[in-house]
Amino acid sequence: MLATAILIAMALIILALVLNIWRVVIGPDTTDRILALDTLYINSIALLILLGIYMASSAYFEAALLIAMIGFIGTTALCKYLLRGDIIE
Amino acid sequence: MIDIIISIFLIIGAGFALVGSIGLIRLPDFYTRLHGPTKATTLGLGALLIASMIYFSSRGETSLHELLVTMFLFMTAPVSAHLLAKAALHLRVRSEVKLPRCDE
Amino acid sequence: MKLLKRLVPHPIFSLVLLVVWLLLNNTLSAGHILLGSLIALILPWATAGFWAEQLHLHKPGLAMRFLLLVLWDITVANIQVAKLILNPRRKLRPAFIHYPLEINNDFAITVLAATISLTPGTVSIDVNGDHSVLLLHSLDVDDEDALIAEIKARYEAPIKEIFGC
Repeated sequence: MLATAILIAMALIILALVLNIWRVVIGPDTTDRILALDTLYINSIALLILLGIYMASSAYFEAALLIAMIGFIGTTALCKYLLRGDIIE
Repeated sequence: MIDIIISIFLIIGAGFALVGSIGLIRLPDFYTRLHGPTKATTLGLGALLIASMIYFSSRGETSLHELLVTMFLFMTAPVSAHLLAKAALHLRVRSEVKLPRCDE
Repeated sequence: MKLLKRLVPHPIFSLVLLVVWLLLNNTLSAGHILLGSLIALILPWATAGFWAEQLHLHKPGLAMRFLLLVLWDITVANIQVAKLILNPRRKLRPAFIHYPLEINNDFAITVLAATISLTPGTVSIDVNGDHSVLLLHSLDVDDEDALIAEIKARYEAPIKEIFGC
């Protein structure tokens, strides 16, 4: 029961990841691509958590937390670059 | 019984994440696309984390640290949405409706 | 009392630090509570110089109620946005909205902007130079004034009361 639900959820998330990558490819603007990458990292956290439940191991949690932090900093840095042409002023 | 609850949360979470990504593809311009991921994806991940919390707690070891990721995402999602919108407005990214004038 | 205030300048911040430390280690053992308390005492003290200004939480009870209200609204908002996204025949009416602010404290505006971004079909984009107008983008709006009035009553009024500004 649970294993099936996890597999279905994984399939949905992977479909979401494919859609995100599609948006990264077709653009059309830089901001669209950054938004797609932002969504991509959030969805990858979801995939990691599902993997953690599937393998009954909480070791994946740290990875999820790190991706959340680094993804946010990445998005912020890219936006700052677009806004100011520089990241650390 | 607990299995069923966890499964429901998992499917809801993954469903919302997918809806957010569909919004990213389907909506017409950048400013509307911004709404899909910032909302649907955050709640989707929230539901998945609740499922994970129930799962690990039901195995005997109380586990609440998933709350951290949820808290972190709920704090950062508005900030990144705000920054993206600001950057797009700064670059005058095309919109379906008339853009407001830039202050700078 | 004065000593206590000097020792713990930001009690809520300290409490949050302690809780985050315990959550990170996923434990409630005495050793980690001790270590977490130490961190919660030292960090606010070490970063005191970077704090711009202190805003007092006037009504903690109302703040908790506000938090629950926002969580509920986030859930409802998500279902609404999901419906909008999945309905292919629905014509969206997106709009930029100029929202007149009543509060003008930086932190209170930040809280309001984050709340607006997380709830029904709205994202906050920018605030003008003298903190009087917040620029929003809404996914689907038929009456701008009604939306502004709703945000004012539902979010801005409680925030104003909570921080007493």
